[in-house]
Amino acid sequence: MKNKQTISLLWRFLKGAKRYFLITILAAGITALADMLQPQIIRAAIDCALGGKEADFPAFVMNAVDRIGGFAYLGQHLWIMALAVLIVALVQVVSQYTFRVFNTKASETLVKTMRDQLFSHIQHLPFSWHMKNRTGDIIQRCTSDIDTTKNFLSEQLTSVFRIALLLILSVAFMCSMHPLLTLIAMLPTPVIILYSFRFHKKIHDGFEKCDESEGKLSAMAQENLTGVRVVRAFGRERAEIEKFEKQNNDYTTLWEKMGKTLSRFWSISDILSGVQVMLVVIFGAVYCVRGSLLEGEYISFISYNAMMVWPIRQLGRMISELSKAGVSIDRVAYIMNSPVEQDAPDAIDAPMDGDICFDHVSFAYENSPEILHDIHFTMKAGTTLGILGGTGSGKSTLMLLLDKLYPLEEGCGRITIGGTDIRKIRTGHLRQNIGMVLQEPYLFSRTIAENIGITSPEPDMEAIRAAAQAAALDESINSFTAGYDTMVGERGVTLSGGQKQRAAIARMLVNDTPIMIFDDSLSAVDTETDAKIRQAIEKRFGKASVILISHRITTLSAADKIIVLDRGRIVEEGTHDTLKSAGGIYQKIYEAQSGIQEVCP
Amino acid sequence: MADQTTKHLKFFGIGRIIPYLSKVNKLIFLMVFFGLTGSLTDIILPLFQRYALDHFVGQGAFDTIAIFTVFYLMTILIAAVSNYISCALAIIIEMRTNRELRQLGFNHLQTLSFSYFNQNSVGYIHARLMSDTSRIGSLVSWTLVDCVWRFSYLIGAIVVMIVLNAKLAAMVLSILPLLTVLYAIFQKRLITVNRQVREINAQITGNYNEGITGAKTIKSLGIEEKIQSRFTEETQNMRKKSIQASRLRGLFAGTMNLASSVALAIVLWKGGYIATEELGTFSVFMSYAQGMMEPLRWLVDIISDLITTQVNIERFTNLLAVKSDVEDSPEVVEKYGDILNPKKENWEELRGDIEFKDVTFQYPDGDETVLEHFSLKVPFGSHLAIVGETGAGKSTLVNLVCRFYEPTQGRVLIDGRDARERSQLWLHSAIGYVLQTPHLFSGTVRENLLMGNPDASEDQIWQAIHAVSADDVIAHLEKGLDTDVGEGGDLLSTGEKQLISFARAILADPKILILDEATASVDTLTEAKIQAALEGVTAGRTSLMIAHRLSTVRNADIILVVKNGRIVEQGSHSELLKLQGYYYELYTRQYEEEATAKILA
Repeated sequence: MKNKQTISLLWRFLKGAKRYFLITILAAGITALADMLQPQIIRAAIDCALGGKEADFPAFVMNAVDRIGGFAYLGQHLWIMALAVLIVALVQVVSQYTFRVFNTKASETLVKTMRDQLFSHIQHLPFSWHMKNRTGDIIQRCTSDIDTTKNFLSEQLTSVFRIALLLILSVAFMCSMHPLLTLIAMLPTPVIILYSFRFHKKIHDGFEKCDESEGKLSAMAQENLTGVRVVRAFGRERAEIEKFEKQNNDYTTLWEKMGKTLSRFWSISDILSGVQVMLVVIFGAVYCVRGSLLEGEYISFISYNAMMVWPIRQLGRMISELSKAGVSIDRVAYIMNSPVEQDAPDAIDAPMDGDICFDHVSFAYENSPEILHDIHFTMKAGTTLGILGGTGSGKSTLMLLLDKLYPLEEGCGRITIGGTDIRKIRTGHLRQNIGMVLQEPYLFSRTIAENIGITSPEPDMEAIRAAAQAAALDESINSFTAGYDTMVGERGVTLSGGQKQRAAIARMLVNDTPIMIFDDSLSAVDTETDAKIRQAIEKRFGKASVILISHRITTLSAADKIIVLDRGRIVEEGTHDTLKSAGGIYQKIYEAQSGIQEVCP
Repeated sequence: MADQTTKHLKFFGIGRIIPYLSKVNKLIFLMVFFGLTGSLTDIILPLFQRYALDHFVGQGAFDTIAIFTVFYLMTILIAAVSNYISCALAIIIEMRTNRELRQLGFNHLQTLSFSYFNQNSVGYIHARLMSDTSRIGSLVSWTLVDCVWRFSYLIGAIVVMIVLNAKLAAMVLSILPLLTVLYAIFQKRLITVNRQVREINAQITGNYNEGITGAKTIKSLGIEEKIQSRFTEETQNMRKKSIQASRLRGLFAGTMNLASSVALAIVLWKGGYIATEELGTFSVFMSYAQGMMEPLRWLVDIISDLITTQVNIERFTNLLAVKSDVEDSPEVVEKYGDILNPKKENWEELRGDIEFKDVTFQYPDGDETVLEHFSLKVPFGSHLAIVGETGAGKSTLVNLVCRFYEPTQGRVLIDGRDARERSQLWLHSAIGYVLQTPHLFSGTVRENLLMGNPDASEDQIWQAIHAVSADDVIAHLEKGLDTDVGEGGDLLSTGEKQLISFARAILADPKILILDEATASVDTLTEAKIQAALEGVTAGRTSLMIAHRLSTVRNADIILVVKNGRIVEQGSHSELLKLQGYYYELYTRQYEEEATAKILA
């Protein structure tokens, strides 16, 4: 835990779980107290009720006993003592149950808060953050680091509390009976705690080495499985087996060594705590004979001592593990402390069916040279704009800016829709009204119908079907046995690249957004399908403002306006008819794409 | 109890893994033995307390204190040594079993045919190899020794109680049938609820995956809230189920604890009368009465554990039972050896004639016949090209030539003999193969190159590098040929990897060279290099080239055009153009695209 920020983060996670933690701790206290009572009953039974000796119980206990009829009466009616045992046991059971349930409530509430907040935070982190951070790493932070943090807060902290309480109470009760014997019993404990703590600190490196070795082994298996074609094609099976075998052996040997160290630790701890118990047994007997300890006290002393032994052995490990949790918390905090996208306070839900205007826009990605230079054009509402440009010309960046996926810095021009600067438009509203198909669309592991209808609050099957038909996906869907209810992704069918893209197009079409962007979306489908989809989309032209980014003149030619981008600048602007003979890039491409017949031998 | 457990174990699939334990069964025997001695000391230790009470305290005689201490210390020592040995052995057995199973699995995977790899994702296979094996390993070590400890303690405690005071023992044990009933009530529900919690947990991880991998798409669709609400639903569900589970567990643990207090109460009530004479026996009874319940409470955990492990056992042994679709016959293995012991002295030189003779083929996991009575001669030195769109099934012929698959009917002849007459390893060692996605193995560039020909001289290495124009790639690398390429070659760019894997294939000086979309995923510069090298390196070899880009195949002797998995056209470049069919269509479209790209570049 590095700083205040992290602690305040933990405090935030604890919201709603605090009262559960409080009850948990209370229940732990009651349990520990009840644990302490049981040996006292036995002691009273042996020394007073059966042994007929005097013992110094608190006054209220003596009063209660006298009211029942005195210890002698209890000695005649032992069932009353047995009943007392059961009553205390009942208290124990109830408080233990409360402890368990509330500890779970506390930790589950906590982990739910953490997961929800983390997930929500991730959803609202900017696009650039997602481009920068590796998926695998984020997932790791969200799963295993969350688990470690949860264990730290819910198990380790409460355990430390419980152990400390048990320790203090045991020692207190032991002290009340025989301070000197208590001292003898406590003598080896610092040694045990220290030994355990130091051992666990030291063993940490060993665990890391083992993890690293396991990681290597796992990576090797992964490499072999992904490269199975190469392995076979080169007849490398034997070499692969030998390589794997070596790492497999190394890993095993490492762990075997580790196992011996661990076992040694366990058995030395066994000896230390065994000797501790033995000291209590022997010295207790001595004090008994000398008369400073009653027999019942002796037995209950041994019980208290037994309650202490395990906690002491655990304590060292607990303390050493606390340090590990800090690392995980920091890793979670890294995500939570990354700033999220934020709308201006006066952001509005502006109408989105107006003219789109790029007003002298320049843009550079973080730590990169400028990629768009002074882009300036206006697109009338309801018209179609075609954009032609090579790789790296900045055409996709243009669209990311329009969708506010990358923010346009102040002073780098403006983008307006219907005259409103998009910086002033609420981001959610903007994106919901701009339909865009990314070059690598992602489908969710739900049914195809759910995927297509994911943007609408109340998916309407008719609309979903219509959109799928328009995107020429209908036929593929019908070829699946479960049709529209087919699960997509890991748990269902794998769609081809073209099918995925068409599903993404359908997902966009179903929404009937006032602005639609096709960023090379049709590149993965063949010409026939391309034409079909275009026809379907053209039916919607006029209603929506459509931006088509493409290399195909046939796709672009229907646009009301075409701009040609080259290295971040607009080099040509016009309609198909004006550009095809303007002597620029567009004309060259037009000729190349229509003059094929002569080129072919 | 113990008997019943064995029955359960068999039922839980243990029988299926026993054959794989032959190397550790002696160790297992030892582990069980020392587990028993360890638990014996646990049973004996309370008896020292009894002696101290009865002899020292009861008679006030310390005559035997020296021998008592010696015996006590010896018992502690035996306990420590037994625990040391059984724990160390448990780790050793666990790790060795893991190693054994992983190696078996890995070796088996090296022999499985491609249909297995096509049907199962790398992640799935990887989990079988890494996690299933480790679950099984911990089952035969820790779970086993735990069983030994706990149940021998239970039995030992019962025996000692009976010996000390049969009547009292009978009364204490009278609660056992009650416990069995309780156990029966809880067991099923606990196991079910445990499973449910695990399932939800897996779902949450899946949701994270989706939320993070799909973050960019979610943003562009503006559906953060929708995805979030689904996630929140899931975490809420998790919280609810976990709390429900903890209630059930708490109730179970509580009743078990109460039962142990009932036992204690019975000892006090019915056994109190002996306290005056045999205080030691009385205290021993108290210890056992409480310790007895622990193994019973643990039983639920172990059974729920066994049920999950059963799944691991099943999946792993199923993996080992998978038969390869392509197997060398015993006669072939006899003559040519297998992957671990190749008999290279019997290997004939490969000449390079390929012939498909009336081949009909259907993928084992497909339901369509992709080749029907296909015959084609590819004599040594000729160049065959296979073209078509991505996903059209162009790899089928190559898969058959490499014998990654075998024809459903008909034969593939290599040098005039059925491919099945010689071993897969012989064939693979003689074929050069360059894949679409280049795959290198961790290690240096040199190690990767030598995969193709382990005996190549420095000169030959450089010749191969030169032949594929990879000279400046190597020159750019920090340590030249001795540069580490990283896991899967990931420290290099795809283009660099491809040139190295091309050189790797050439270094083997294969008579048959296969280029499987070798330029499809590389940058234009690398593509140009590979194109330039093609003519040189294919001379004097039979080559099979799968290509997406048609300009690369113009010089091939035969071009096969594939559409939807079937060969639709066949002939030379000029013949196919004249046909004005599908090839012509593909060609014109690509020409168009290339021309466009050239203008825009």
